[in-house]
Amino acid sequence: MELRTEPFVLNMGPQHPSTHGVFRMRVTYDGEVVMDLEPMFGYLHRGIEKLAETRTYTQFIPLTDRLAYLSSMTNNHAYVLAVEKLAGITVPERAEYIRVIMDEMMRISSHLMAVGFFLNDLGCSVFTPLLYMYREREKLLDLFEMVCGQRLTYNYMRIGGVSHDLPEEFMPALKQFVAEMPSYIEEYEALLAENEILLARTKGVGILPRELAINASVSGPVLRASGVKWDIRKVDPYSVYDRFEFDIPTGEVGDNYDRYRVRIMEMQQSLRILRQAIEQLPEGEVCAKVPQFLRPPKGEAYGRIEGPQGELGFYIVSDNSIAPYRLHIRPPTLINLTALRDMIRGWKLADAIATFGSIDICLGEVDR
Amino acid sequence: MTKPLAGHQVGEQIRNQVPDAVIEASEEWVLIKPESLLAVANFLKTTPGLEFDYLNCITGVDYLDYLEVVYHLTSMRHNHGIVLKARCSRENAEVPSLVGLWRGADLQEREIYDLLGITFVGHPNLKRIFMWQGFEGHPLRRDYL
Repeated sequence: MELRTEPFVLNMGPQHPSTHGVFRMRVTYDGEVVMDLEPMFGYLHRGIEKLAETRTYTQFIPLTDRLAYLSSMTNNHAYVLAVEKLAGITVPERAEYIRVIMDEMMRISSHLMAVGFFLNDLGCSVFTPLLYMYREREKLLDLFEMVCGQRLTYNYMRIGGVSHDLPEEFMPALKQFVAEMPSYIEEYEALLAENEILLARTKGVGILPRELAINASVSGPVLRASGVKWDIRKVDPYSVYDRFEFDIPTGEVGDNYDRYRVRIMEMQQSLRILRQAIEQLPEGEVCAKVPQFLRPPKGEAYGRIEGPQGELGFYIVSDNSIAPYRLHIRPPTLINLTALRDMIRGWKLADAIATFGSIDICLGEVDR
Repeated sequence: MTKPLAGHQVGEQIRNQVPDAVIEASEEWVLIKPESLLAVANFLKTTPGLEFDYLNCITGVDYLDYLEVVYHLTSMRHNHGIVLKARCSRENAEVPSLVGLWRGADLQEREIYDLLGITFVGHPNLKRIFMWQGFEGHPLRRDYL
């Protein structure tokens, strides 16, 4: 008797623990092997770009918190940077340093979550590694709470600077964190770097070749893991990033392991920047004088930063009124998903979940 | 620093290669006829000295008289950038798709098609991305609500 097999279609998500929110993949399987996949978006679409057209420039800042909600500070920064470029506003030096400190803290916090959830997706003894990461992230959230009173949606940066100066208790706590964090990273390394399960599940899996990464506009740690030395903080420095010494970690083959390693190494580089920023932090004003109802001159500007997930850009068109005429967000995580199909096809379902986790997406930003 | 190339200089280079393609060139951007967009993009991507291998961002803007698509391009080798623009009418909104040159255009073009109603001719999978199939209208057009 001849046995007949045929491919079948299965929907993963939108309600699925490994899709990090409400992401849906329509996957065609041959047995356990992924033959084809189509990502489906839009379950969290709130029309943030449309909302911007009915708000003043300052009123839009809280909405940027609700893009990638695990990296609210960097979202704030990208937006205010674009508006400052559009309106030609100079930011006081102290505010620039505070922004860099916030950005790098945010990067560490976001990478902790990325690595933690990635390990979770691999099935590394459910939740244990993630809880280690939560432990350190908690300290960062305490620091964020000190400066702005919020733990997730900060709304801290303003056009022309930041909303408050750092409180007295902030610096000692940050210094303590920067001193302690390397030992925690060493702890992860001891537990994970040589871990046989991790290596078996990630080495050579979900390879994203260098050429495809560039062609598909992939950015951030995913791009660097494919061996491209491209970091906007270095190639197009904004704020005061040109004053710090740091390296750009890159991977070699662009597999899941490289993406994991790049994030760990980037945390170490962020700590390096934090140490220098703490040392150089000047005294002075933290916000330039900016009218409450800002009317940037007619024109357009594209401001971009290196967010934890990649190039986060804001393209703003002004018609000299108090609200943006058009505001477009370049979402790094949506564009990083362009190459998802190529990375997953031919692998087993379990590897597909791991590869998807290694991209580190946030649906608030994918769908906007 | 990523060096922004002057629009009129790049515009001059394009004029020599693809005649009649450039409508206007300013300091920051080059406005291209939609029908020559593919040829111009190919020229920018493959010409030594320019080599724009990375497509940063595509934006659609509704100016009420016309629709505009804005392309931000970067060359990773030379670390310079340029802004391309293409305009089309609101009634017959069609622009050629650049997916064949830069895969990164895929989801961004679908997004503009969905929210602004610009058809990208030649896109392999052009359908709504955020709104559901069967949704009427294009929310990011200025006259939508």
